[in-house]
Parts: sequence; C-alpha cells; structure tokens
Amino acid sequence: MSKRKTERLLGLVVCLLSTRRYLTAEQIREAVPGYPEQDDLFKRMFERDKEDLRDLGVPLETGLNHPFDDDPGYRIRQQAYELPELRLEADEAAVLGLAARVWRRAELAGAAAGALLKLRAAGIDADPAASDENSPVPPGIEPRLGTPEPAFGPLWEAVRDRRPVTFSYRAAGRSEPQRRELEPWGVVNRHGRWYVAGWDRGRNDTRVFRLSRIAGPVKFCGPAGRVTVPDGADVRELVRDWDSAPQEHTALLRVRAGAGVGLRRHAISVRPDAEAPGWDLVTTRFGDLAWFADYAAWFGPDVIVLDPPDLREAVIRHLKGALA
Amino acid sequence: MTALVTSTERLQRLLALVPYVVSRKSVGLAETAAAFGVSERELVDDLNLLWCVELRAPDPYCPIDLSYEGGEIVVSQAESMGRPLRLAVDEASALLVALRMLAEVPGLEDRSALSRLIAKLEAAAGEAAAVSAQVAVQVDHRDDEAEAYAAQVRGALSSGRRVHLRYYVPGRDEATERDVDPMRLLVVEGRPYLEGWCLRAEGVRLFRLDRVLRLDVLDVPAAPPAEAQPVDVDQGLFTPSPDDVPVVLELSVTGRWVAEYYPCESVTDLEDGRLRVVLRTPDTGWVRRLALRLGEDGRVISPPSLVAQVHDAATAALANYVVLSLDAGVRPSHAADTTSRQGRRVDSGRERRLPAPKEDGHDW
Repeated sequence: MSKRKTERLLGLVVCLLSTRRYLTAEQIREAVPGYPEQDDLFKRMFERDKEDLRDLGVPLETGLNHPFDDDPGYRIRQQAYELPELRLEADEAAVLGLAARVWRRAELAGAAAGALLKLRAAGIDADPAASDENSPVPPGIEPRLGTPEPAFGPLWEAVRDRRPVTFSYRAAGRSEPQRRELEPWGVVNRHGRWYVAGWDRGRNDTRVFRLSRIAGPVKFCGPAGRVTVPDGADVRELVRDWDSAPQEHTALLRVRAGAGVGLRRHAISVRPDAEAPGWDLVTTRFGDLAWFADYAAWFGPDVIVLDPPDLREAVIRHLKGALA
Repeated sequence: MTALVTSTERLQRLLALVPYVVSRKSVGLAETAAAFGVSERELVDDLNLLWCVELRAPDPYCPIDLSYEGGEIVVSQAESMGRPLRLAVDEASALLVALRMLAEVPGLEDRSALSRLIAKLEAAAGEAAAVSAQVAVQVDHRDDEAEAYAAQVRGALSSGRRVHLRYYVPGRDEATERDVDPMRLLVVEGRPYLEGWCLRAEGVRLFRLDRVLRLDVLDVPAAPPAEAQPVDVDQGLFTPSPDDVPVVLELSVTGRWVAEYYPCESVTDLEDGRLRVVLRTPDTGWVRRLALRLGEDGRVISPPSLVAQVHDAATAALANYVVLSLDAGVRPSHAADTTSRQGRRVDSGRERRLPAPKEDGHDW
C-alpha cells in the first residue's frame, strides 16, 4: 500500500467533485499534489489513476467546456457520485445485516461488505448482532451461500459486463471435456448447485451448464457489451426446465411393509397387497425413467417394480449391473 | 492484517469515513474503528490523512476539517465528500441477490420489511441494480409443508421450546422419532435445515426440513447443554470424523456425479473419464444403497465387508423378481422393448439430463 498514492487519489476525487467545469489534465496536475514533473511520467500516472477511480465505481466524466477546446477535461458530478438519500426502518436495517452475511466466505463477500460500509456511511445502523423482538428475522435464522466453484467469479463478471466466454465442459456421461462458447445470460443456484444459462454459440441454442462440470479456466472471448439478453428470457425457468422432467408416468410398486418411506411420502395411493402378505401396493408418479429406476434400486430388496414393464426391466438390469 | 490493503481499498475506506462521521454528527474513535474493521491507530492515521488533503490551485485550501479530541470524531467541513459513493454493480447485486433469496426462506412470517428494503435498495442503486436480476438463488421446497414446519421451528426458537420430530433418514430408509432442542434455522445453499441438540443422538444434528415427516412443538422448555456448539456453517456442513470408515468407490463416466454430490476425501481421475473416490462415513448403510442405485456405474472397492453387503442386497433384490415372475406368471423379459427405449435415451446424448438424484439420501 502506498500512502502517497492514496493521498493523490483522494485529492483527485475531492478536486473533481468540487468543480463544475471540466478540468484539463494540466489544471488537475496544478491542483492535486503528488504528480511528477516529467510529462510522460505524469501522463502514465494520470491514466492509471483514472482507471483506478473508474474501477471503484467513481463516475468520472470527460467533456469539453467549449466546443473549440483542444484538450478534454474531467469532472465528477456530485449527483452521479452520491448514494441517493436512503432511510431505513429498524426492521429493514435488521434484514440488511442478515443479507450482508449471506455471502460470508463466498465470491461476493467483499462486495457485500463494501455495500454495507457505504450504507453505514450513509447513517444506517445495520448491526448484524442487533435482533430485538420486533425484528422480522427470528433469532437463529442463518442463511448462507457458498461459491466453491472457481468458475463463479469469471462467469459473474461475464454476466455483469455482458461478455461472451469460452470454457471446456465435461457433460454428464462424456469422458472428454468439450470446448464451449457461451453468451451468458445469468447464473442460478438451484438445489444448492450453481448453473449458468445462455446462448451456446456452437450449438446455436439455449443451454444450461453446471459450474462444477466446467474444467479449467473460464476465458472471455469478446468485449464487454457484446451479449444481449433477449427480452423475456428467464434464467430461473431455463434451469428449472433443464433440471426437472414432468411427472407424466405412473409406476405400480410392491413395497415391504414399513420400508420405502421415501417412496410412500410422494405416493398417490398406498394399500396392503392382498396377494402378498407383509407387502403394500404403492402407486406413484415419475418423470425420467432412468432416474426413477436408479431411485427404485436404492431400496434394494424392499421394493419390487410391477409396472410399467420397461421400468421393471431397467431396475433388473441395474441390479445385475451391481452384481457384475 | 493491513499489509494486503491496496491504495484503492484504503481510498474506499476514506471516502466512507467522512460521511460515516458526518451522518452521525460526532462518533467515538473506538466505535468507528470497530465499524470499519481497523485498529484505532489505523483509524487515526486515516483521519490525519484526510485532514492533510490539500488542493493547490486555483487557490490553496484544505477541503476537509476535522478533530478527534477526547476520542470523539467531529467533521466540521467535508466539502463535497459528505455523502458516500453510490453502490457499485457488484455491491448492489450481492445485497439484492441475498435479499431475494431471503424472501424465499420459509419461516419468515413478515416479508414486508424485506420487500420494502429491496425496493429502497433498487431505487438507491439505480442502474447498478439491473444486473442483479441475472443472478438468482432458489430455495428448495418452498411448499406449504416446509413453510409450515419452518414457521413451527421459528415459533419454537422464539418461545424456547423442545420439538418432537418424525424424521426420514434415506440412508437407512427409516422414519425416526426424536426430541430436539432447536438452536437455529439454517438456510445453506438454498436448503433449509433445523439445527438442534438431538436428545437421542446426544449431539448437535442438522435436520433437512424437506425430510421432516411430522413436527410437534412440545410443552417442554428447550435446554441444549453447554457443550452444544453450533456448526460453523462457513466451514461446510459435514465434517468427517477420524473414526469414520473410509470407503473406496470406482465410478464410470455416468457415475461421476457422486463426486459432486457427496463430500469426498479424495478424487482421482482414472482412464476413460472414470474416477476413484474415497468417502468417509460413520454408517456405510447408505453407501450400500448408493452402490445399488449406481448399478454398473459404480463399484465398491473397499472395505470388503461392504462389497459383500452390496452383493447380498443385489442378489436378494433380484431374487424377488424371479420369485414374482414364477408366482404371478409375469414374463421375466421385455428386453427388446426396453433396449430400444433405453437406446434412444442414451443416444440423444444430451448434456441436459442428469443421471443424478434430485434428493440424494444420506445421513452423515
């Protein structure tokens, strides 16, 4: 950390905030202490400083005071700089503290902390520990989000800046990862897993990818602003459709009395099997046959598929596979 | 700890420090240092730096005037720095995504504070709020049942009562009955859990609300013992114990999802995209079921006792079908039909359909 640089940047912000006119680089150099004498050194340093301020989100404006001016000038408009007036009720502030803790130790933790700092600076007391009787958050509620996948950071940046990306992806059931080029529309967490949805340039279609199956780095393959999210594109819906098959089939199962608790929970009907004492007949719905065959096998000798025949055969083949 | 703070990070702090004091008129050094996560010494350095800011042209002047005599900070002149910088896109998104997730958490009876706050932040963040709509977290099973259980847990937490659970353990395919002294309602990765002292297990346990079959709030005060330490959710929910049994599994390409769903001690790539994983578990019963579920896509390598159990369970399950087909005259094979259907499914080769379970069951 360089104290001199901090001082110089701070001076630059104050200087540009307090001017209404655009100040040229030369005027800035005269006003703000800490810039070097040599022109080329100054130029390089000033360029870097501008970039640093923009990275922080400081709205640095460039413009001319008169149409005939030669050099562009700079200023920061107070209104564009300032966080607008914001007043929170006590119950809203309590929720804010909780929200800021959600990302703890995850990719956006620093951003959440930064936001909280600015809101505190605006006079809001979001004390995470404060939780009184009138708080809308009951004591002991602790939501957390993690982003263990290294792909989350670059994909979030790509979505934020609307940039296309490329990565290699190991699709389910494929041994070799494949190169994919994606215009990312959004990132979604469903059932605790992160997904990215968007337009797959190679497949010419919408696609959903699991972040945990991305192998190696995610690279940008185009400039910011190149991705357009179509109107009405709902990334949550895309991921939901990808993840769940409609429950359009019906299975009839013979389930040992007292067993198959998980199957019985979502059954349409359960009745004792007159032909097999000690067993029940369970009727239930399922979506994907292969998935449901796997699930039925989980219960081992406690569940027998009676119908449909293709499900029954799939389970038998499955069990034989476990023996092989 | 400050060694890693960059110039721009310190600048961010300085830009927030002035409005922090201005909005409070005067505020103590210790309190401010705590709010900014710095030592009092570092804070005094910051204040001195702010006080020293000087502009030389057109006329020299010092835009910021402040004092911290007697440990009370007062800013008497702040120029244009009296308000904090507006929220950056990352900052607005981090809060808004978290808040929208909270709005889906079961058990929050009063969501009005949440929606009011979301509206205020969206208004204050302006354009920076727009991108946050592209990141979403869905909370599982926000059905009426989970909602009702979460509300009961919430009630039990605030009134300090014990609860009785009928709880499903998929790994043993059992509905268990237990009394639990609730400690917290956790929502981790969009999935709600009750954390509490389980009197049956004599330990702190996490219960997934979507596996609760029934919940009664008892007329007994909850009294978790002093040794009941909350789980550090930031360290991951499942920490294997050294006493746990190591299980070695080999997975085919189709079975690789196991390494994503279960916390593995080690994952080794084999040829053809296959994997060898080592799991640690106090109860190998669920691994036996997992092996049946995997079929030819997974094989238990050790311990040998588990290999034998998988074999016995598969044999017994297959015997059911043989007996059944003899008894009831069901023809044992519809092989032709099945193969074609299966063939189509596999050939379509879509990366979209996961072979993975949606509600994978295990009990750690």
